[in-house]
Amino acid sequence: MADKRRTLPEVVAELRDGMTIGIGGWGARRKPMALVRAILRSPLRDLTIVSYGGPDVGLLCAAGKVRKLVFGFVSLDLIPLDPHFRAARQAGALQVMELDEGMIQWGLRAAMLRLPFLPTRAGLATDVERLHPDLRTIASPYADGERLLAMPALPLDAALVHADHADARGNAQILGPDPYFDDLFCGAARTRYVTCERIVPTEDFAAHGCLHTLVLDRGMVDAVVEAPLGAHPTACTPAYGIDLEHLKAYGAATTPEGWADYRARFVDVDPAAYLAAVGGAERVRAIPPPIF
Amino acid sequence: MATSDYTLAELCIAAASEAWRGDGEILASGLGLVPRLAAGLARLTFAPDLLMTDAECLLVAAPVPVGKRPAGYRLPVEGWLPFRKVFDLLWSGRRHAMTMPTQIDRFGTINISYIGGTFEKPKVQLLGVRGIPGNTINHPCSFFVPEHSTRTFVARVDMASGAGYDPARWQPGVRRDLHELRRVVTNLAVLDFGGPDHAMRLRSVHPGVGVEQVEAATGFPLARAADVHETPAPTAEQLRLIRTVLDPHDARATVFRS
Repeated sequence: MADKRRTLPEVVAELRDGMTIGIGGWGARRKPMALVRAILRSPLRDLTIVSYGGPDVGLLCAAGKVRKLVFGFVSLDLIPLDPHFRAARQAGALQVMELDEGMIQWGLRAAMLRLPFLPTRAGLATDVERLHPDLRTIASPYADGERLLAMPALPLDAALVHADHADARGNAQILGPDPYFDDLFCGAARTRYVTCERIVPTEDFAAHGCLHTLVLDRGMVDAVVEAPLGAHPTACTPAYGIDLEHLKAYGAATTPEGWADYRARFVDVDPAAYLAAVGGAERVRAIPPPIF
Repeated sequence: MATSDYTLAELCIAAASEAWRGDGEILASGLGLVPRLAAGLARLTFAPDLLMTDAECLLVAAPVPVGKRPAGYRLPVEGWLPFRKVFDLLWSGRRHAMTMPTQIDRFGTINISYIGGTFEKPKVQLLGVRGIPGNTINHPCSFFVPEHSTRTFVARVDMASGAGYDPARWQPGVRRDLHELRRVVTNLAVLDFGGPDHAMRLRSVHPGVGVEQVEAATGFPLARAADVHETPAPTAEQLRLIRTVLDPHDARATVFRS
């Protein structure tokens, strides 16, 4: 059996300029933030990012890593709009494909199933259809003849997701209340990277949670990285909640000086220094789950 | 508003709750404070079969109160609704959502994406289309607009985030029978889409508001229902539910800042 354990720098070294990278989680929830910060420290550029966006997208935008963004929103949940994403959009710095949230999971599912597209009604009769001439419609070949939008597959070069536990072989366990679409991101990607709170022996999974928490099997995962508190400042329920205090400081750091300061304190540092800068592991583990 | 026994927010919550009348056993989603309280009020009064969520991923048997929860509060969980099931549910039509658009046009086309500039370089980036395209074309939708003005009720939206009734935006062959825009509640009035070609139509004006005032605050010609009346005041029971059950910390006081 392959040992798929890697470090953050080893994963980043496998990524290439211009890649299409999908990022799991949702908004400010269970984002592979330690890995995103490692990308910020690298020379990678011209990325196409597919994400149910949160501070993952905002950080990549602020650092100028994104050439094109496929999104339906970029939200910090308790703050409705990521200020760094907003700034990048208003500067005209991004090519965008703005899609309905459901269209994104549909495109990932099509890619996973090796289909060129999946039909949907979402997007029809809106500017999503008009502003993306590369989105095509089709007529049902059956008697109904209904015209549908053919959501194209969204194949990814790489998927980045964060789980609670993984074993050295790549099985991963998600204890939180929602798996989001992490399985589809992995299914749609050529190479699949999972960061996790802790790498555990395979036989320990059952003691940590019910069978439904075993969301990713090792056939869907190429590398695992132990990154404790690696979703911070997003939530990794039940281990820790959204760090709203940190997200407010992050959101306020949109001036050149503010961003340089944020970057020096929280990005251009190793994980241990990061943890100290955000108040230590005990503080993060004490952040309660979010209430919406 | 010249009344002392209820607030404008409470009037809007009661008026907005009417959007879900007759909906049966489907998911009622209120996105934003007034829509959320309105959905909860509908559920606790005339629409006991509505499904509700905790605004995250659980179905709850009773509306979750807004804000800090009392000691010992337990969510009345009755089901699991992660996002993947949300899309299945809403694309199957079993939902009626009320959202808060930044702009809305005569045919109910809404915008939550950007204002001004171009799609490539917007002057003000907003939320993005989120789930609005899929919502509007698959299940009933209603809207709450806290500031009824010619800036929000516009002749043409900067971006059509959702599907409205404008016939020019529909290709032949696209199913329109699944599309329904039900009700619009604002700080001034209640409207529906019963005008010519499903154009927006004035149904009632709030106490102290004139029909001409609503028309002047609307950036397009507004149809009038035959029986434009005054929006009914919330009942004592509705006020009790809003104040003691749904919103005990009076978060609604922040809806209209003046």
